[in-house]
Amino acid sequence: MTTYNLLQNYWWLIMSVLGALLVFLLMVQGGQSMLIHYTKPDKRALLINSMGRKWELTYTTLVTFGGAFFASFPLFYSTSFGGAYWLWMLILFSFVIQAISYEYRSKPGNIYGSRFYDTLLLINGIVGPVLLGVAVATMFFGAEFTVTKSNILNVQAATISQWGPRHGLEAIACWKCLLFGVMVFFLARTLASLYFINNIDDDEVNRSQHKLLLVNATAFVVLFLATVAVILTSPGVGYDDSGNAQWVPLKYLNNYLTMWWALIILLLGVVMVLLGIGKTLLKADYRGGIWPAGIGTVLVVLTLFWVVGYNNTAYLPSLLDVQSSLTLRNSSSSEFTLTVMSVVSILVPFVVAYIAYCWYKMDHKKLTSDELDNTDHKY
Amino acid sequence: MEELTNVVDWSRAQFALTAIYHWLFVPLTLGLGIIIAVMETIYYRTKSEKWLATTKFWMTIFGVNFAIGVATGIILEFEFGTNWSNYSWFVGDIFGAPLAVEGILAFFMESTFIAVMFFGWKKVSPKFHLASTWLTAIGASLSALWILVANAWMQYPTGCEFNPATMRNEMTSFAAVALSPMAVSKFFHTVLSAWTLGGAFVCGVCGWMLLKKRNYDHCQRSLKVGAWVGLIGIVLTSATGDSSAVAVAKYQPMKLAAMEGLYKGDHEQSIVAFGILNPSKQAFDGQDPYLFNVSIPYGLSFLATHDYKAFVPGIEDIINGVSYDNEGNKINTISYSERMERGRRLQEMMAQYDQANRSCNKVATDSLKAAINADFKNFGYAYLDKPEEAIPNVPLTFYTFHFMVTVGGYLMLFMLLALFFVYRPNVLNKAKWARWWHILAIITVPLTYLCSASGWIVAEVGRQPWTIQDLMPNKVAISDLSAGYVQTTFWIFAVVFTALLIADIGIICKQISKKSQTDLETVND
Repeated sequence: MTTYNLLQNYWWLIMSVLGALLVFLLMVQGGQSMLIHYTKPDKRALLINSMGRKWELTYTTLVTFGGAFFASFPLFYSTSFGGAYWLWMLILFSFVIQAISYEYRSKPGNIYGSRFYDTLLLINGIVGPVLLGVAVATMFFGAEFTVTKSNILNVQAATISQWGPRHGLEAIACWKCLLFGVMVFFLARTLASLYFINNIDDDEVNRSQHKLLLVNATAFVVLFLATVAVILTSPGVGYDDSGNAQWVPLKYLNNYLTMWWALIILLLGVVMVLLGIGKTLLKADYRGGIWPAGIGTVLVVLTLFWVVGYNNTAYLPSLLDVQSSLTLRNSSSSEFTLTVMSVVSILVPFVVAYIAYCWYKMDHKKLTSDELDNTDHKY
Repeated sequence: MEELTNVVDWSRAQFALTAIYHWLFVPLTLGLGIIIAVMETIYYRTKSEKWLATTKFWMTIFGVNFAIGVATGIILEFEFGTNWSNYSWFVGDIFGAPLAVEGILAFFMESTFIAVMFFGWKKVSPKFHLASTWLTAIGASLSALWILVANAWMQYPTGCEFNPATMRNEMTSFAAVALSPMAVSKFFHTVLSAWTLGGAFVCGVCGWMLLKKRNYDHCQRSLKVGAWVGLIGIVLTSATGDSSAVAVAKYQPMKLAAMEGLYKGDHEQSIVAFGILNPSKQAFDGQDPYLFNVSIPYGLSFLATHDYKAFVPGIEDIINGVSYDNEGNKINTISYSERMERGRRLQEMMAQYDQANRSCNKVATDSLKAAINADFKNFGYAYLDKPEEAIPNVPLTFYTFHFMVTVGGYLMLFMLLALFFVYRPNVLNKAKWARWWHILAIITVPLTYLCSASGWIVAEVGRQPWTIQDLMPNKVAISDLSAGYVQTTFWIFAVVFTALLIADIGIICKQISKKSQTDLETVND
């Protein structure tokens, strides 16, 4: 394997880590989708303030995920974002309305009233995870596009990436992609319940979240099993050393079997998620379920990114022209750029360390109604 | 072709809309970030509860503004992909790197420490809290650094070479990209202008409170920091504006000519201090470009080159490839017609390269690659239909530039006056004519916003029709979308952002009004 290939694989690993962290942090959106279950203002305030101290991390991870994709695999950025226009625009709109809602909802003079902003949070809580899931699912199930780099020499029609006429709406209508999206949505809600149980010191919220956890975790497990079954039985696009691509039956199943270590990590992740959920449901005073479930989620998502990108697999198969499928080899930045960014990525552990430290300092005391009554800045 | 033009226009309109909305909030975040960090530092050193109250008041305003800045910012990043997909591939190898660094280094710093800043007063030590406030401000400035590096690269593409095998530009030197003269001057000019805006905003709010004869002590404290930050900001903005002008003259002479409405250049070129353009003026029509103007002799030559004798080319000179040295000898520069011709030859060579590459003819590919890169600076001209297509909108560039400079000069005087009031508290409060300063301070806020937006209009409209200077015009940079799609999202953005802006203004006004009603430090007549 050449240095360039190693760098491409390394940056796919970074993308996997960012993607996995993003899925974990979608618990904020999961929590927002639960506002519908709470009518008492003080309980809603507890939920919103608990999530409100984390929303920017989710947001920043999404932005960094996009920026890192742009930098490391610009052809994906150009093809998927420019092609699946409506899908990505809907995702973006849902995050735009989230960004202001926390800060504005309880401020006097906010014009539209706090219910309006809570509704925006609810919309982002549902639309965000479902559509992000749909977007990620296109990496497994393919999309309607072609890439012709020499088009850039065509003065009249220079666009190199061309997408089907529905520009992303077809992905939302695809049942496999939608299944993936809904599964991510229930995962986000499950993680949100575990997070609230850990972060909020309030008996009523605690009881209601245990009930919601049972329902959401059940839905998630069923949907997860269905999604995994669909993925493992689906064909994928493989390519040889000269870059020739072709559809391969059971590609993702084969990848798990070839990369056995990924299969072990997948199983470990599943066990940890189930452990976090099960222990929380069975032991009333156990509040740490978010940790094993969160780590398990990250591990599972990591392996999903690995099987879709490694082992000579196209991570965005083209349904219109298999040779246009995007791979780590044909869509990445140059060796020089990947090297420069790899140097910068050495700082990532430092960034993670200070985030963890600040999170610890802010969360070691659980959130209570008393704290909200005695704070200057609340949502 | 008409459809293509429509998509280009709507894509440009959408990007301009989101960028202008975003830039309404970002400079206040950058400016107030520094101001609240200084205020909290004073509180940390004095332990004065009054300074704490003042810091928290401005922090609330900062938080409201920050949120909407974040909301409008995410769209901008992703719009590079959604609406400018060809561009994303063509330069992603270079442009993406600063964006990724921005995410990893700056955004996480900002988003982590802002939570500590708002919610950590009772959870972390005062020293840690103060550090968090500073790190939030620094993180915001770092965010600006990387996106401005990326923008500067679009104005002056450097540190890269074209790879015909991948049909894109590839980075060859990160240092050349990050430290290009355009990037350095753009960063300092932009961030320091944001300090000015932050200072002007503080002065304006205090002006309103003082006009109502309330919050005297609070205003005194706020002005002490705000006016100093504003003055430092405008002085350094002016200085960096000078280096920006030199960089523009060197790398984007067409933009400089448009900024001045200069069609035919000269040695010892004067600069227009004030003027009205002839609206019917077109390049090469022989008409006088101005209906009226007041000029400063030698001004433009000196501004552009720091040599009052130097020749500054006008729009027609640039198109014709005419320039002179100080002795009056003609320098051979390339006319736009020639550049278009060379651009087309480059495209032919690229097609030949593609053929040679498919047949694995390494000798041919190596020689073609060398030839392509030797002349690559003319690549974008292949897409122009006529040389005049490369002229930006002269009236818009001219008027916004002169408005920016005029308001910049005014701001310098305004900040000095503000400091005079700060250190003459009796005048600030009791002199009857001080009331006029209060009103002036309020008016200065929208003026500063307009000044700031004008700077961006000069920078971006002045480089049209290029997305990347000389390499990629807008019509080649876009995504394969229908005009109707982009038009739809444009109007959705327009409605959503306007609604959010109304809420933002509503909250900020309410916070100011609340402070005015609850703070009992009223004027003691």
